[in-house]
Amino acid sequence: MKNWAFPLAGLAAIAALGAAAWFASAPRALDRATEEAVAAPGNADAGRVVFFAGGCDSCHMSPSQPDPLRLGGGLELKTPFGSFYPPNISPDAKDGIGAWSAGDFARALLTGVSPRGEHYYPAFPYTSYRRMTPVDVRDLFAFLRTLPAVAGRAPPHALAFPFTIRRGVGLWKRLFLGAAALPDAPGRDAAWKLGRYLVEGPGHCAECHSPRNIMGAIVAHRRLTGGPLPDGKGKAPDITAAGLKDWSKADIVEALSSGFTPTGDSLGGPMAATVRNTAELPASYRKGIADYLKSLAPESAASGG
Amino acid sequence: MKRLGLTSLVLLVGVGAALADGDAIVQRRALMKANGDATKIVVGMLKGAPFDLGAVQAALKTYGDAAAKAPALFPDDSKTGDTNALPDLWANKADVGARFAKLAQDVAAASTGIVDQASFQAQMPGLLKNCGGCHEKYRAKKS
Repeated sequence: MKNWAFPLAGLAAIAALGAAAWFASAPRALDRATEEAVAAPGNADAGRVVFFAGGCDSCHMSPSQPDPLRLGGGLELKTPFGSFYPPNISPDAKDGIGAWSAGDFARALLTGVSPRGEHYYPAFPYTSYRRMTPVDVRDLFAFLRTLPAVAGRAPPHALAFPFTIRRGVGLWKRLFLGAAALPDAPGRDAAWKLGRYLVEGPGHCAECHSPRNIMGAIVAHRRLTGGPLPDGKGKAPDITAAGLKDWSKADIVEALSSGFTPTGDSLGGPMAATVRNTAELPASYRKGIADYLKSLAPESAASGG
Repeated sequence: MKRLGLTSLVLLVGVGAALADGDAIVQRRALMKANGDATKIVVGMLKGAPFDLGAVQAALKTYGDAAAKAPALFPDDSKTGDTNALPDLWANKADVGARFAKLAQDVAAASTGIVDQASFQAQMPGLLKNCGGCHEKYRAKKS
């Protein structure tokens, strides 16, 4: 009796853990107010600006062609976890998101959950997009619907075990996704607030410009202090005030418009595509981004670490 | 003795090749640095600094010089060392050559086409797009 009570208790414990993990990893729904807000008609013209602020094309545009508005997906994104192939987000009803509702789209962007109720891998930066306003989400959705439908699907992701287990992303979200809302910032002006929203929300700057831990989550206190690019080709630099100490705000605005740095160098790598997007934004947006970045003094800089 | 001579010769050739590789990286970096210094002035003028046709022509000369010399400065044995050039560059030498040729062509057109501030504002931004084209595909900054 005694000698098999122990294994039984062990099995029960494993079963309990498994059940807990299953529930903890379950996709979460949007709150009702957000569901209602995103269901209202969007403004496609305003959505065009959101599109370039979000840089959707950098990952989703069809490879080997120059049009950022052909969103057939399929570009290979090499990462330490394997290769991701961003999906077709053109309005094609069969292969793209033409059959999606605004709610489906909002759940994808704000909670990282697909219409089929599966988790998206955080290579899709809902980690940042979840800070987007419902108005921006619905405007972006309205804009995407005006773009050409592109047939064809991206290849499936080619990941290493255990990252093949999508449900595990639910646990990752529990561990690494804190509150989405940006904290109140009394004393900051509208330009700074716009800049913070763009950088931390749609712009998803921190996704490349921050170091990540072994689980692929951004190291919070080193946010925006630079990090290795996921494909291993070079580094995204520190864009806090420490890293930009030789840059004026006007220099940042210039780099986001023309791609030229204060030393006359032109931004390269994945930032070249990013600049093509930021160049499309209203000037006030680039100014806000500069205000916000120049205000950032990360803990690591203060502590010398 | 003859053998020693041959060994020395082989050694000398080897050292010479090694020096030449280092040279290629140093030389292409110097060209890019000159391009950057020139561009700093050009971008300043595009943003509103006083227009100076002489400075623009000097910058175009710098760009033309780089476009002419750079294609030969990426020999196969200069892939590693103090360089930000990506291996992709050597896998796409034809494209790289074509891009430098286009830069040379654009510089030639701008050298005759830019005669005043208006033509400078109209033609220079397009020419400058050549820089980012290569940096996007073939360069990765390490810091």
